[in-house]
Amino acid sequence: MNRYSPFQLTITFAAALILLFIVAPLVGMFVSTSPSDLFATAKDVEVQESIKLTIWVSFAATVIFALAAIPLAYLLARKEFPLKSIVSGIIDLPVVIPHSAAGIAILGFVSRDSVLGQMGSAVGLNFVGHPAGIAIAMAFVSLPFLINAARDGFAGVPVRLEKAALTLGASPARVFFTISLPLAWRSIVSGLIMMFARGMSEFGAVIMVAYHPMITPILIYERFGAFGLKYARPVSVLFILISLTVFIALRVLARNKIQKSDPHA
Amino acid sequence: MRETKYKNLIHMLELREISCSLPGFSLSEISFSVADGEYFILLGESGAGKSLLLEAIAGLNPVKSGTLLLDGKDITHEKIQQRGIGLVFQDQAVFPHLSVKENIAYPLKGKHLSNSEKDKIIGEITGLVQIPKLLNRRPSTLSGGELQRVALARALVQKPKILLLDEPLSATDSKLRAELRALLRQINRLGQTIIHVTHDFDEAVSLADRIAIMNQGSIVQTGTPQEVFGNPVNGFVAHFAGIRNFYRVKLEKHDGHLIAKPAENVAVFIGDTSATDSGYILIRNEDILLSSTAFESSALNNFEGTVVDLYPSRSGMEVLINIGIVLHAQISRESAVKLQLAAGKKVWVHFKASSVKLIVS
Repeated sequence: MNRYSPFQLTITFAAALILLFIVAPLVGMFVSTSPSDLFATAKDVEVQESIKLTIWVSFAATVIFALAAIPLAYLLARKEFPLKSIVSGIIDLPVVIPHSAAGIAILGFVSRDSVLGQMGSAVGLNFVGHPAGIAIAMAFVSLPFLINAARDGFAGVPVRLEKAALTLGASPARVFFTISLPLAWRSIVSGLIMMFARGMSEFGAVIMVAYHPMITPILIYERFGAFGLKYARPVSVLFILISLTVFIALRVLARNKIQKSDPHA
Repeated sequence: MRETKYKNLIHMLELREISCSLPGFSLSEISFSVADGEYFILLGESGAGKSLLLEAIAGLNPVKSGTLLLDGKDITHEKIQQRGIGLVFQDQAVFPHLSVKENIAYPLKGKHLSNSEKDKIIGEITGLVQIPKLLNRRPSTLSGGELQRVALARALVQKPKILLLDEPLSATDSKLRAELRALLRQINRLGQTIIHVTHDFDEAVSLADRIAIMNQGSIVQTGTPQEVFGNPVNGFVAHFAGIRNFYRVKLEKHDGHLIAKPAENVAVFIGDTSATDSGYILIRNEDILLSSTAFESSALNNFEGTVVDLYPSRSGMEVLINIGIVLHAQISRESAVKLQLAAGKKVWVHFKASSVKLIVS
């Protein structure tokens, strides 16, 4: 096709427009933040604490919930059961409902009056205003990303390989850990990274459950409300930079590990 | 050899009226038994239910009713991993994330063997299937034939009581196929009982001690290749053996001759004298002579017919002639030219009564 045909020019223009739309605000924010402001913000203990909290709580939420979410994904990929499509729909629910509404729902779920809240109180744990509550709110809105990616990963593993392993004397558990899980690993890792990323960036659900301790998205909101755009901007830039570094590092690590275990993948 | 190979006929595997049903397909009341050390072939067209049956024997498909006995033990509801049955899938199902050695060692895990014992077993098996140099390779670097050998080695390493093979030669070229056939024969000669599924007649005849023909979820006929293809029980089995002239007939007696009637207005003299009133007749393509005019021959069966179709075959020309029934004749290319055969041309068909084989049903 002619590179300069009207059709080609139109779609190239549309593509450029969309890219610009995504990149321009971010670049604008980076450009209007002076290095000295950024440096000062990086030394701000409140900012440091908040970024640390955000990363480790999201990480913990991802790892803990993955232990049950991965088996669920396997079930969805492999087993047929009544109302399966409804179950799949329920899993996507956190993506489509407003996150502030999700936060309200979670608040009710973990507050002192609830069963979970009372169980927590019994061991001296109050979820509201506690990292555990933040983790639950983050997990609620980010779980679909892991479950869906892991389910696709498991669905992509040929059933014949699992059957073959069974005929070779492996128990179903051994088949899961030696065949299904390693072959779906690439998708699962990408799901884990997505869940972690989505958890870190969550604002609406978390703010309902815990204003304090303050995760970075809430800190940005607070600085904007109290001091204005000029003070919110350096925190935003710093948080984006650190998030990007973490994701790129995770992706590179994951890719190296997968390539090491299978050079032809 | 076939008769002496397993004198005392110990049943290694016995299926008693096995039925299975899956969405869109079912197996009905399948019964047969396989002797210890036997090479048993399940022959049928694709979609006949052969693979389904193998998976049912291995435990991968649930059995609805019937009994499955392995070495005298009821395994109908035994867990798959405790059956001691090896299964090689049509697409080999070699684990892509494991090396060849890890694949072959997979069944040995949890068997309380030391590393040197494992290496010894793997060494023996890979020697047998001739892949000792491939041990550290990744499956994605192997050819189809090599993958087939890896899959065989992996199934054999657990010393299965019975080895099930699903179309093991289907994805290989003819040279490789001959090598793999020789390997399968060798494995069988070492005492390994084998059930092998195929749709290929030549493959079945070249390997089988006994054959079972499957069609639409049922076993149609079981026996040695000579029994099955010498006495096909129906047109389906005959067709498999490449026999095209196979007709259901009514039998009548006329002047001391037995006459078979495959159609109302077609009467075929047959050499047989069995007293029965119906059955099948079978005429080999090569036994049919064609001529352009009627002539006095020693053959009792002479018909005038019309050529319906003719096409080249492996050993000459295949000619279809309608004499009330459609007969297949096998003639040389030269004869086809000499007789100026073409569709629509009238020809005379001759065959001896003694070349008509009667199969009493």
